[in-house]
Amino acid sequence: MSENVSGNISGEAIPQLSGYSEAELDKAFAAISSEVETSAATLDTPESVEAFRLQWLGRKQGRLKAVSDAWLKSAPVEAKKLIGQRFNVLKAEIEQRLESAGKNSAFGALDAEAIDITLPGTRRKLGAEHPLIKTLNELVAIFARMGYSVGVGPEVETDYYNFESLNFPPGHPARDTQDTLVVANQEGRPLRDRLLMRTHTSPVQIHTMEEQPPPVRIVIPGKVHRNDAADATHSPIFHQLEGLCVDTNITFSDLKGTLDHAMKELFGSSVKTRFFPSFFPFTEPSADVQISCPFCGGKGCRKCKHSGWIELLGCGMVNPAVFEFARQKQPAYDPKNISGFAFGMGIDRIAMMKYGITDIGLLYSGDLRFLEQFA
Amino acid sequence: MKVLTQWLREYVRGIPVNDRELADDLTLRGIAVEGVFDLGANGSLFEMDITTNRVDAMNHYGIAREAATIYGVKLNPLETALPAAKDGPAFPISIEEPKLCGRFTARVLRGISIQPSTGIVAERFQLLGQKQISNAVDATNYVTLAIGQPTHAFDLDKLEGGLIVRRARKGEKLKTLDGIERVLDPEDLIVADEKKALAIAGVMGGWDTMITSDTKNVLVEAAWFDPFTVRRSSKRRLLHTDASHRFERGADFNAPPVASALVSRFLLESGGSQIGEMVDFVIPEAETRTAKRSSIAFSVSEVHRILGSTNGGATDDKDGITAATTETILSGLGCGLAKTLEGEYSITLPSWRLDLDREIDLIEEIARVYGYNRFRNTLPAFAGSVVELPWAEKEATVRRALLALGWNEAISSTFCAAGDAAEFAPRPNSSVAMGNPLSEEAGMLRPSLIPGMLSMLALNLNRDVEDAALYELGTVFSGCTENVDERPSLALGATGKAFAGSDVDFYDLKGSLEELLGKFAVKSVVFDAQSLPAWLHPGRSARVVAENETIAYFGQLHPAEAERRKLKQTVFVGEIFIDRLYKLPLRQPAVQELSKFQPVRRDFSLLFPNAVAYSAIEKALTALAIPELRSFAPKEILREAKSIPAGHFSLLLRTVFQSQERTLREEELQDFSQKTVAALEAIGGRLRG
Repeated sequence: MSENVSGNISGEAIPQLSGYSEAELDKAFAAISSEVETSAATLDTPESVEAFRLQWLGRKQGRLKAVSDAWLKSAPVEAKKLIGQRFNVLKAEIEQRLESAGKNSAFGALDAEAIDITLPGTRRKLGAEHPLIKTLNELVAIFARMGYSVGVGPEVETDYYNFESLNFPPGHPARDTQDTLVVANQEGRPLRDRLLMRTHTSPVQIHTMEEQPPPVRIVIPGKVHRNDAADATHSPIFHQLEGLCVDTNITFSDLKGTLDHAMKELFGSSVKTRFFPSFFPFTEPSADVQISCPFCGGKGCRKCKHSGWIELLGCGMVNPAVFEFARQKQPAYDPKNISGFAFGMGIDRIAMMKYGITDIGLLYSGDLRFLEQFA
Repeated sequence: MKVLTQWLREYVRGIPVNDRELADDLTLRGIAVEGVFDLGANGSLFEMDITTNRVDAMNHYGIAREAATIYGVKLNPLETALPAAKDGPAFPISIEEPKLCGRFTARVLRGISIQPSTGIVAERFQLLGQKQISNAVDATNYVTLAIGQPTHAFDLDKLEGGLIVRRARKGEKLKTLDGIERVLDPEDLIVADEKKALAIAGVMGGWDTMITSDTKNVLVEAAWFDPFTVRRSSKRRLLHTDASHRFERGADFNAPPVASALVSRFLLESGGSQIGEMVDFVIPEAETRTAKRSSIAFSVSEVHRILGSTNGGATDDKDGITAATTETILSGLGCGLAKTLEGEYSITLPSWRLDLDREIDLIEEIARVYGYNRFRNTLPAFAGSVVELPWAEKEATVRRALLALGWNEAISSTFCAAGDAAEFAPRPNSSVAMGNPLSEEAGMLRPSLIPGMLSMLALNLNRDVEDAALYELGTVFSGCTENVDERPSLALGATGKAFAGSDVDFYDLKGSLEELLGKFAVKSVVFDAQSLPAWLHPGRSARVVAENETIAYFGQLHPAEAERRKLKQTVFVGEIFIDRLYKLPLRQPAVQELSKFQPVRRDFSLLFPNAVAYSAIEKALTALAIPELRSFAPKEILREAKSIPAGHFSLLLRTVFQSQERTLREEELQDFSQKTVAALEAIGGRLRG
């Protein structure tokens, strides 16, 4: 009997095969297989895995070797193939169990190399895009998709371009609404040549029309200045985006549609717009545009002062008087043949709204504690 | 401006909506109601915000007219009837400045009893929070609130002779109603009697002739003054009054007699009588420019050309704006319409709407009253093409590169202090001063972005933000107050451990600039220390020259400047003349074929005298012109170590040789090595043992 019963480190001796028919072999191997399953039930520590490995795969005393010795080696030649196939299946099963035990557990040979993955990552900091530039780029992109080019103009303007050609006659009360920062020593010069910090981006409308005949579609982002006292919502320095569209058939309906579309792109398609009559010397009819509050959907919240609407921009049809000024250099701007609209919006205000900024001064402070939040 | 709805409804009985709806309807027509306050049985109080062009709506009757037009209901005429005047002489009036005073009325009321206001005046003033003074003064204020025409009541017995409208004399004085004694300007238009100034025309009355409790006889003045003259007087002495606000925006030329009658009706309620007929002095030229200005042509097709589409889509009006619509709206607003052709009219304009004098003004009125939100939202077709700014892609590239390199964008003030302008201007005496600076610290247009950058770094350090890397892309200004030149510029500023574990140094800035320049097609770049600005540390700063043009200065801020600004840490700054960089094209990547052959690395350990700059080593190696020398770089530089002789530094130089065509043979490599060593020995290097 001794040659049929192999010693091993654990478990019963391997029983002798009762015969070599396939049914008998299957039954015998199934018994061993269920033994594998039982002993693999608790492979949850490195020690238990190692014990399992030794128990089944140990070179000298492993149970698999015992099976081989007991069944395979002594088998008649004609039975060896059948036993061999079953033996390989059994061996694969054991290896499979070992492998999955190793994979599924937080231990194993690489255990010693474990690191604390909860420590912070090594961050190579990205620079932060300025919220104004980010907003400005977004706006420009929206209008670019509608066929608008981008223009620029000087920050120091003449009275002519900032006021007169935009139909603010000298001495007109409308000039009072835009307190102006002026360059020194202008008193002796003709009014139209006097230099000042542009109070709006609208002068670029005139520059653009003087340089190029219609059709025109242009947006002009830029820095503007007013002699205003600074507080949380006012800064003497701020940014505007100006828009101008002139062609042979541009209507007030087109103005409405264009701005409605732009606001939907900027704040989401559920945003609604409404237009109120307003007054700007360089447009007529003029309008203020409100959008339904994108924060509360129009129900009323703190951000819209519980009105459900937020006033966001000014616009209107280009005043024929403005075309007359442009026409002095580009005869094609005859208000009898062409029409157009213009609009202007405060980029600071839109950025403040989008990002919940409550103090406009932060935009011009260079304070990294603020800026870094936009990285 | 405050408005009572009970007062509006007195003028328009047929308003078919409640006060809140009225407020919304007015607001949608540009007569903005900012707040509605419920006064219970007394209706509501509207807080209004009327745009500067609509002086006609800065009173109850004007707003009532808007409401009547919106709802298509009747506006009641004003009651101006007065008891018959007693015989008396016409009060003498003389207008010396007919260009500045277009109309002047005077009415004499005698036997008036001055007492507190009662009845509707007292009641409405209380609701409006308007201060009550006396029946005479209150009557003038009430009429201003009612129809917008300022009037003035003089104590007739204080007048010496007839009234004269003239310019003030040099040095002439007037104590105005606010109790301030003012020296008048010869540009001021005044109302005077034969002896003295009585009032600054259209701005404020005088103290000495005002109504007091002793007043018995009153002269009621109502006039039309030239808007620009009133505005100049008001601005000159910073005296902005309710009257000047109205006159300078263009009052109703036909209102003075009406206002005079309305005021007089109140005054006569407490007794007394009018003596003589009202004197009404009308300057025909002024009337022609205002109340009788010529009619204008108006066509419905032009309305459609400018305003576009109303019918169809989201509108409640199937027919859109028709000729009938325009007729209703314009006549409601007080225009006279004479049809010339189908859809064509000749329009006479109301005296109270000086803002209307072109066809487009009427088109605006149509759009406004019809309702902006009843127009369709359409998108125009476009035949043109998008034109990119020539430098837009370059600017975007610079921004992307700087952000990726870890620089944060900041925006600072456009202005700087005079001292900073002098110190940081690239050229002396080229800075531009402001005429009315925001503050002393903002007296100049910035000639450089560096002062702003230093302020921002200082702000961060003062807030215990010790690691900072900022850039600003902005405009800098130079020239003179006659002619200002603007250029885009780029500033860099960094301090602390802004990028990694070690403190920012010169090479961090140099590296960023090299990366930035690498984005452009630059053939030659030289870093040298020529003509450095005084604000940079002379030993730790550089000038960047690309294609023979100075592109930038950068380096450590001069310690004296850092000290002066009380900067707690070493800071590095740079100014890049970005417009010069923009003249270069962006680098278009052109791929070089990858070599299939093994690169060979050779390290050389050398000693050099300190006087040898790395640029000399670079130059010597480049001069070898070995095509197979693919790259070389300093791996390690040691100075002042024990093993190194005084006055020297050691350099571990890594070279990489590689051929595009073949595997390099050992003999070739030995030859390259010998040539390399020989070249370096020629400039003072020697191999270390």
